[in-house]
Amino acid sequence: MDAKVDTPVTEKAKISVRNLNFYYGGFHALKNINMDIPEGKVTAFIGPSGCGKSTLLRTFNRMFELYPEQRAEGQIMLDGDNILESKEDISLIRAKVGMVFQKPTPFPMSIYDNIAFGVKLFEKLPRAEMDERIEWALKKAALWNEVKDKLDQSGSGLSGGQQQRLCIARGIAIKPEVLLLDEPCSALDPISTGKIEELIHELKADYTVAIVTHNMQQAARCSDYTAYMYLGDLIEFGPTEELFMKPKRKDTEDYITGRFG
Amino acid sequence: MSATSAARMRMHARRKRTNAVALTLSLGAMAFGIFWLLWILYETARQGLGGLNLHTFTEMTPAPMSEDGGLANAIYGSLMMVGIATLIGTPIGILAGVYLSEYGRKSWLGACVRFINDILLSAPSIVIGLFVYSLMVARMHSFSGIAGAVALALLVIPVVIRTTENMLNLVPNALREAAFALGTPKWKTVMTITLKSARAGVMTGILLAIARVSGETAPLLFTALSNQFWSAKLTTPMASLPVVIFKFAMSPYENWQKLAWAGVFIITMGVLALNILARVLFKNKH
Amino acid sequence: MAAILPTTPLETAEPHVHQQTPPPARRRVAPWADTVFAGLARGAALLTLAMMIGIIVSLIIGAAPAIKQYGLGFFVSSDWDPVQDKYGGLVMVYGTLATSFIALLIAVPVSFGIALFLTELSPNWLKRPLGIAIELLAAVPSIVYGMWGLMIFGPLLGTYVQQPLQRLVGDTPILSTLFSGPPVGLGILCAGIILAIMIIPFIASVMRDVFEVTPPMLKESAYGLGSTTWEVVSKVVLPYTKTGVIGGIMLGLGRALGETMAVTFVIGNASQLSSYSLFEAANSITSALANEFAEAGEGLHQAALIYLGLVLFFITFVVLACSKLLLMRLQKSEGSRA
Repeated sequence: MDAKVDTPVTEKAKISVRNLNFYYGGFHALKNINMDIPEGKVTAFIGPSGCGKSTLLRTFNRMFELYPEQRAEGQIMLDGDNILESKEDISLIRAKVGMVFQKPTPFPMSIYDNIAFGVKLFEKLPRAEMDERIEWALKKAALWNEVKDKLDQSGSGLSGGQQQRLCIARGIAIKPEVLLLDEPCSALDPISTGKIEELIHELKADYTVAIVTHNMQQAARCSDYTAYMYLGDLIEFGPTEELFMKPKRKDTEDYITGRFG
Repeated sequence: MSATSAARMRMHARRKRTNAVALTLSLGAMAFGIFWLLWILYETARQGLGGLNLHTFTEMTPAPMSEDGGLANAIYGSLMMVGIATLIGTPIGILAGVYLSEYGRKSWLGACVRFINDILLSAPSIVIGLFVYSLMVARMHSFSGIAGAVALALLVIPVVIRTTENMLNLVPNALREAAFALGTPKWKTVMTITLKSARAGVMTGILLAIARVSGETAPLLFTALSNQFWSAKLTTPMASLPVVIFKFAMSPYENWQKLAWAGVFIITMGVLALNILARVLFKNKH
Repeated sequence: MAAILPTTPLETAEPHVHQQTPPPARRRVAPWADTVFAGLARGAALLTLAMMIGIIVSLIIGAAPAIKQYGLGFFVSSDWDPVQDKYGGLVMVYGTLATSFIALLIAVPVSFGIALFLTELSPNWLKRPLGIAIELLAAVPSIVYGMWGLMIFGPLLGTYVQQPLQRLVGDTPILSTLFSGPPVGLGILCAGIILAIMIIPFIASVMRDVFEVTPPMLKESAYGLGSTTWEVVSKVVLPYTKTGVIGGIMLGLGRALGETMAVTFVIGNASQLSSYSLFEAANSITSALANEFAEAGEGLHQAALIYLGLVLFFITFVVLACSKLLLMRLQKSEGSRA
C-alpha cells in the first residue's frame, strides 16, 4: 500500500492526522487517514459525494460527538496535543477550531448579538471593547459596510450570502486558530460565492483554513494545498497546482478530468 | 350496442352513482360537524349574553332564588387556580420536553416517557382528581384551592411536554451544531438558541394548555370543591367557574341557571380567545 | 494527461508571513452547569413516570376496601345503595360502555366523511378554515357541551326524536324495548349523541392526518386506471392507512370513556337500571364519581367509587396504549415525515 502522504509539507503542520479511522455505527467511513494540514495556508478537500471529506472535517472539532453512533479512532494533533484524547474541555478546543456550515445558520437574535454570542462565552469585555471586536469581525468578513447601520436587526433578515458572511464573522470573533469551512458556498449564488472566495484569500493571513468543496474550480482558485478523497481513503494530497496539473495518481486524474464523479 | 358494452355502461353508471352518493354523504358529514359547532356557540352566546352584566363580575355567588349576585368569587378562583397551575406545570413540562428532544431522542427512558405522556394526555381527568385527592386532600383533611391548582397543573404538564418536544424537534440540527462549533456548552445552547428558536411554538403550546384546563371541571370537584363566599386562601375550598356552573345548572333555581349560562359564555369566550391567539402567534412566526 | 488548469491564477503576491497573534485568555464558565441542567431535564421527565405510577398506586390503595369486600363480583351486581352501604357497579360500567358505544357508532362514519371531505373534495382555500372549525369543536370545554345538552338539546331530543320514535316503533319486539321508557330526552342516548359530537374532532383529525400521508403516487396510479374518487379512497387509501385509522378510532374511544361533565349533565343520574332501553336514565362511572364522591365520607362508599375509577383508568389505559401502538406502527412503516 503506497504511502498516503505523497508530498512532504514544508510548512509547519497545524493539524496532524495519524491513522485516523472513523465509523458511523458499523460503517467504516474514514480509512486510515494520514496527513498534515499546513499552518497559515488554505487546504481544500475534494472528492465525489460520500467520500468522507465532510466527515474528516468534522473530526477536527469533534463535532461528531453529538451523535452517539459515530466514533473516531486514531490521532488528531492540534499543536502537538491529540484532541481526540485531550483532557482539555471540549468547548475550549472548539473555540480554537471554528466551523462554518453548508447552510447559513444565523442565531435567532440581532446581528450584534449573533457575533457577541461566542465572545461572551469566553471573555468578559466592556461594552466599548465588545463593539470594537464586533466591528473588527464584521470587517474581516467583509460585511461591515453592509450591516453597520442595522446591527440590532435580526440576523435572519439578511440575504443568503450575507448570512453566511455573518456566520464567518461569528466564527472569527472568538479568534480561533483554525477555520473549517464545510461547503460554505454550496447554498449561495455566484456573486456571493465570489465574495466569500475573496474572503478566504484574506483569512489565510491570520488563520489556517480547511475547506471542503465539491466544486473543483473553487478548490483550484482558493487553496494552496488540495487533498483528494474517495470512498473514505485519502488518495492524494499535495500543493494545489501540482495536484491539478500533474496528479500523481490515476484516480485523481480521472476525477479531475471528469471521467467520473 | 353489444351485450358487453351495454354491461360496461351499466357498471360505469353504477360506479358513478356510488361515487356521487359517497361524496354527497361526506359533504353532509362536514356540514353535520359544522352545524353542531355553530348551534352550540349560538346558544351559548344567546343564553349567556342574556344573563351577563356588570354584576356578574362584581358580586359573589348568591343564595338560590335571590335576585342579584354574580360570579366574582368563581372567576377569581378560576383565574387563581389556572394561574398557579400554569406556573407549576409550564417549567416542568418544558424541561421534560427539553429532555425528550435534546437528551432522550433515542434512549429507552425517552421512549417510555413519550408513551406514558401520550396516555396521560387523553386520560380521564376525573382520575387525576382522585389522585390529587388521595395525595393532598385526604392528607390535609380538607379540600383546598392549592389541591385544585395541583390537579390542573398535572393536566397542563402533558400538553406542554408534547408541544415543546415537537417544536424543539423542528429546530434544524445545523443551528445546534453552529452553537457547539463555537464552543457553547449544551445547557446554554438549549436555553439561548434552541428554545429561543422554537419560542413561538412553545408559547402556543402553553396557551393551548391554559385553554384546556380553564374549562376543566372534573378534577376540581373533589380537590378545590367550591365555596359560596370569597375565598382567597389557598388552603381552603375555592370556588371556580366550572364547578359553580355545574352546581347551578343542575339546580331547579332560575337565577342560578341564568348565572350558569353566563359562566358558560365567559368560559367559552376565554377558551376560544386563547385558541385564536395561539394560532395567530404561531402563524406569524412561521 | 491533461489536467484541469485553474481558471484564475493563484495568488502569487509575496507570501504573507503568517501572524500568530496570541489567542485571548479564555475562561470556562461553570462546567457543572451542564450536569445540573441535564439532571433537571431528566428529573422532569421522570416526574411523568412518577405521576403514572402514583395514580395507579393511589387508586389501588383507595379501592382496597371495596376490592376486599366484593372482588370481581362488584361488576355483576347492580345493587348500588349508599344508604345501606351496599355497592355493585354494573350500572355504571354499563352506562360507560353503552354511551361510548353509541358515540363511536355515530362518530366513526361522520369522522370518516369529514376526513374524506377535507382531503379529497374540499377546495384548497376552504381546507384550513374548515379544519380549524373542526378543531374548535375539540377546544370547547366539556361543561359547555353538558350545559347545552341539558338545557337545549335534551328536551329537543325528547320531543322531536324520542317521542316520534316510540310512536313509530310501537310494539316491534326488540326495538320497542330499546326505545321504551320515559321519552324526556335525558338518558343514555342523549349522552351517547353528545359524546359523539365531542369525539368527532379527534377521530376526524387523526384520519385526515393519515389520509394525507398516503403517497400521492399511490393515489395517482389508481386514478390513472380510471377509478372514481370514492374507489381510490375506499380501496387504496383506507387499506393503506388502516392501522392509523383504527388507532384514531381507539383514541376517540379512550376520550369517550373518560369524559365526565358532558355525560354527567345529561345521563340522568340513576343508579338503578330498570330496562335496557336507550332512553333510560343511568349512570356512568364518571358521572357517579362526579355526583357522589365529594360527599362520600371515608369508608366503603368512597372505596367503591375509587374501585370504579380504577377500572375506568385501567380500561382507558389499555385502549389508549393500543391506539398509540397502532399509530406508531403506521409511522414506522412509512419512515418519518419531515
